[in-house]
Amino acid sequence: MGIVSPGFSGRRRSGGEKLPPGQYLVSDFPVLSAGPTPRVDTGRWELQITTETGQVHRWDWAAFRALPAEEPTVDIHCVTKWSKLGTHWRGVSLDTLLAGVETSAGFALARSYGGYTTNLPLADLVDGQAWVAFDFDDEPLDPEHGGPARLLVPHLYFWKSAKWLQGIDLSDHDTPGFWESLGYHNYGDPWREQRYWGD
Amino acid sequence: MARAAVLGRLTWQVGTVAATRDETATARTIVLDVPGWPGHLAGQHVDVRLTAEDGYSTQRSYSIASAPDGQAGRQLELTVQRLADGEVSPYLTQTLAVGYPLELRGPIGGWFVWDPAGAAAAPVLLVAGGSGVVPLMAMIRERAAAGSRAPFRLIYSVRDPGALLYAGELAQREQAGDGLEVTYVYSRTAPPGSTEPTGRINATTLASAGWPPEESPAVFVCGPTGFVEAAADLLVRAGHGASAIKTERFGPSGGQP
Repeated sequence: MGIVSPGFSGRRRSGGEKLPPGQYLVSDFPVLSAGPTPRVDTGRWELQITTETGQVHRWDWAAFRALPAEEPTVDIHCVTKWSKLGTHWRGVSLDTLLAGVETSAGFALARSYGGYTTNLPLADLVDGQAWVAFDFDDEPLDPEHGGPARLLVPHLYFWKSAKWLQGIDLSDHDTPGFWESLGYHNYGDPWREQRYWGD
Repeated sequence: MARAAVLGRLTWQVGTVAATRDETATARTIVLDVPGWPGHLAGQHVDVRLTAEDGYSTQRSYSIASAPDGQAGRQLELTVQRLADGEVSPYLTQTLAVGYPLELRGPIGGWFVWDPAGAAAAPVLLVAGGSGVVPLMAMIRERAAAGSRAPFRLIYSVRDPGALLYAGELAQREQAGDGLEVTYVYSRTAPPGSTEPTGRINATTLASAGWPPEESPAVFVCGPTGFVEAAADLLVRAGHGASAIKTERFGPSGGQP
């Protein structure tokens, strides 16, 4: 616990929702991006999964959308402190995408249109924990929120849920992504408040 | 950037309020003494933690307004805009007083930074929406503190003259005539006697008051999400490389200053 701030009482939440440490609840959907929003036409969109042996699996938009989709309702937590509960998405589970991918890699590096990257253990992308999402609240995902499709890994801080997803590179080695190279935590578990290096 | 990137663990530190300064009717600058502050780069921010007597605590991020190591000792300035429905900003702008402790940790963020040593004399375009000017002001102050002559242009969009942060200081620094130019865009009400039309920032303003893409400026855009989306899109359309445009957004999606 920190030192007491004289005269501060704060605002209690009425619903009693449990939030990760240091987070506060929002009802809107803030946007965090390091640069301009890339505009990616689904006509030239492609998703690639590349294995540690260099084998590339590709889906164009039609092939991707033909895959069975799921409708996760999940809580999301941004490292900038806001949390949003019960967000409703539609997307393809990484279990589905990885079903035909032969790999023994331990790590994944997600790459985005526009050049953004983020890294995570492959174990955090499987077993119903991650999706490539294309709808939010029953509408196509806005470009500023990562459309046409973004990674959705709600159990980690939201910067791990790469917007404008273009590919996932599987590797035996862990390579820090964009924010992970700039002072943010390599893993990013909100419940352990792993915001920055050394947390 | 390299200096920021080598910083290790960020621990909570206790600063003490040395002074406060009202910037507008709803924004206040807080000057903090922070013994052991490791220094920062212009553009970085801190996390602030408030704790109530019963142990309830909450955190927010605020941009640093002061130049790194610009003051004697270890002082740090934050400028906080009060949000009508805010939980933390009303405390920081109305309750917090000289001598009060304030917990913070930082500096945070190695991307949205300007380092006079790194960029040499490359031109810089700063585009601010509302209180998004705060981290850009740190860059302007750092430019002066470091004696940099990198040509700076600031385009500052604000609702009305009463909402301007740092108006006097910006005017002074511009009058120094050493390469800082400031253009104001008033989205609702212009000052009396102004001949400029009011409205949102547009391609014409960015072209006339900014830099042509051929000059390869470093571009920093900060403000509410809607403002940053619009300005960054206009800059890309004008031919600026997406990788040269660094953005920092705050607030809900779709907001305008």
